Amino acid sequence: MKFLNKLLAATAVAAVCMAGPAQAETKRIALVVKALGIGFFEAAAEGAKEAAAELGDVEVIYTGPTDTTAEGQIEVINALIAQKVDAIAISANDTDALVPALKKAMQRGITVISWDSGVAAEGRQLHLNPSSNPLIGNMIIKLAADHLPDGGDVAVLSASATATNQNIWIEEMTKVQDNYPGINVVATVYGDDLADKSYREAQGLMQTYPDLKAIIAPTSVGIVAAAQAVSDAEKVGQVNVTGLGLPSEMAGHVHSGASKSFAIWNPIDLGYSATVLAYNLATGVAEAKAGAEIPMGRMGTLTLDDNSEGAMADPFVYDASNVDDFKDIF
Amino acid sequence: MTVTSLDPQTLGRVLPNRLKSPVRRFLTSWELLLLVVAVMVFITNSFASPYFLDPWNLSDATFNFTEKAMIAFAMGLLIISGEIDLSVASIIALASTAMGAAVQMGADTPTLVLVGLTVGLLCGAFNGFLVTGMGLPSIVVTIGTMSLFRGISYIVLGDKAYTGYPSDFAFFGQGYVGWVISFEMVLFAALAVIFAILLHATNFGRMVYAIGNNPVGSLFSGIRVPRVKFTLFLLTGLMSGVAAICLTSRLGATRPSIAFGWELEVVTMVVLGGVNILGGSGSIPGVVIAAFVMGMVTFGFGLLNVPGIVMSIFIGLLLILVIALPRLVGRYLARRKA
Repeated sequence: MKFLNKLLAATAVAAVCMAGPAQAETKRIALVVKALGIGFFEAAAEGAKEAAAELGDVEVIYTGPTDTTAEGQIEVINALIAQKVDAIAISANDTDALVPALKKAMQRGITVISWDSGVAAEGRQLHLNPSSNPLIGNMIIKLAADHLPDGGDVAVLSASATATNQNIWIEEMTKVQDNYPGINVVATVYGDDLADKSYREAQGLMQTYPDLKAIIAPTSVGIVAAAQAVSDAEKVGQVNVTGLGLPSEMAGHVHSGASKSFAIWNPIDLGYSATVLAYNLATGVAEAKAGAEIPMGRMGTLTLDDNSEGAMADPFVYDASNVDDFKDIF
Repeated sequence: MTVTSLDPQTLGRVLPNRLKSPVRRFLTSWELLLLVVAVMVFITNSFASPYFLDPWNLSDATFNFTEKAMIAFAMGLLIISGEIDLSVASIIALASTAMGAAVQMGADTPTLVLVGLTVGLLCGAFNGFLVTGMGLPSIVVTIGTMSLFRGISYIVLGDKAYTGYPSDFAFFGQGYVGWVISFEMVLFAALAVIFAILLHATNFGRMVYAIGNNPVGSLFSGIRVPRVKFTLFLLTGLMSGVAAICLTSRLGATRPSIAFGWELEVVTMVVLGGVNILGGSGSIPGVVIAAFVMGMVTFGFGLLNVPGIVMSIFIGLLLILVIALPRLVGRYLARRKA
């Protein structure tokens, strides 16, 4: 019994210590991720902490299941509802399966938003997309144009001809092409998101168009394969590879010069914006409705569409100056 | 079954029913040890988080284990008989997928329940046939069907999901019978009683123990061993179907990854409940308490925002501890006697 008494005393002390901050007037915002231990989300949590420091009266609870399942996230959500947190910002493992649990959270007065990977509209107040199709379409051609002051021939290496995302981005790129005079898109080829096929397509482009100045690959598989093809053909400096890629896979090619810059969302900004948005909704500064403009600190404002979704910003540009800071993250 | 019909004089001595008195048996039982652990977890949680002792929160917490425990009851019987079924989580996936497909064809709630139970039974029958009919080891068979059943779900669904379940179907996983008592909780309690009676108060239950202790001896005693084992596989499949109905209803959607990894949690629950993994012994009350212990530990940790991986480590340690403790104590007592 002596041991049990000691245990009780110890837990009582712990309880008092833990109950302390909960009683203060801080807003508790839970950043729920797909699974713990993923670099991308650890970086988002850094952004959330940055937002908390800026806002002052915020306590960020960074949590998530061990593996990327909806059931795991529901257990986490139930625990958060029980703690009566002020807001939940979630990157969902399942668009639909989380809706009942999140609805329950909203019924009990908790602000719910989704970010990165969304929840069906009835299960959240707003969804924060990292970027939007027009912004991405504009960014990929801008990246090529930035390093071609005199213009020149560029080609697109896409995923498959039926890939929805890539096709929309290329379409959006074509719409804004006139804003970049001198940039001449000579061809669009498809590497099917296979490393070897993308590599051969990139080789083919360089042979067919000897004056090719840049390859735009809006796919993380294609951009790596194209950069490798350019290196192997010893055309570094002549042909610039750009598009959408992951810092961990592209760092080497950026340093070799095969790719001067590329873009992808910045997880730190994403975690930061999600936290500020959740705070603004929870404190009543803003209301999530179609057409609303909600401030998100240093990232500007989020404009919601009819589906209560909004795009955070342009994709973030990575080059030799910052790629090393992110290559260990994702 | 004291042997009273025989004359003690001719037999030499009376064979007692039990060596220890019921009170002493309880005091040295696994169930008591577990009960103490459960109470300690409950007390620790109440002190560690101000949110724990709230009826609604406790009610929410039961969803962490009710569905898994339903399967654990049947799995407990199966393991006592010396077999195992590792395909239970995949049966959930297949049953849920079948229900999702039925919804697309416009099935109503009673039909959905029937589909879920039927698919569970069929999967159980398939496992049972391979083990008892073909004489294959159950661990190998069910590792195979674990991939097979979930594989079918992946082929049917790919990266899509079935949604649009009828609104009254939500009752099974989200409904409340009264105040904070959920339908799942009532079902869990009812099944616990049914399985406890089945294992501890029927001939069938005695046969399960006998088979687990000595399958060959049971066969020679006239027990139809394959038939009993086949029934147990059917029962496990059926309970997986029941769990699939509850889980699908709670999520309101079906994806092929549904209930991923649950088979190990179910087996953990059974073993923590005092069922010998090699078969022959164990009890339903033990499994019930183990379900509460696991549910309360994960919920308590969740309230403190302990990362999931730490929870897994703790559950693993708890399992090793409760398995090792009685053996260590037994060895210590044996040494003192010598």
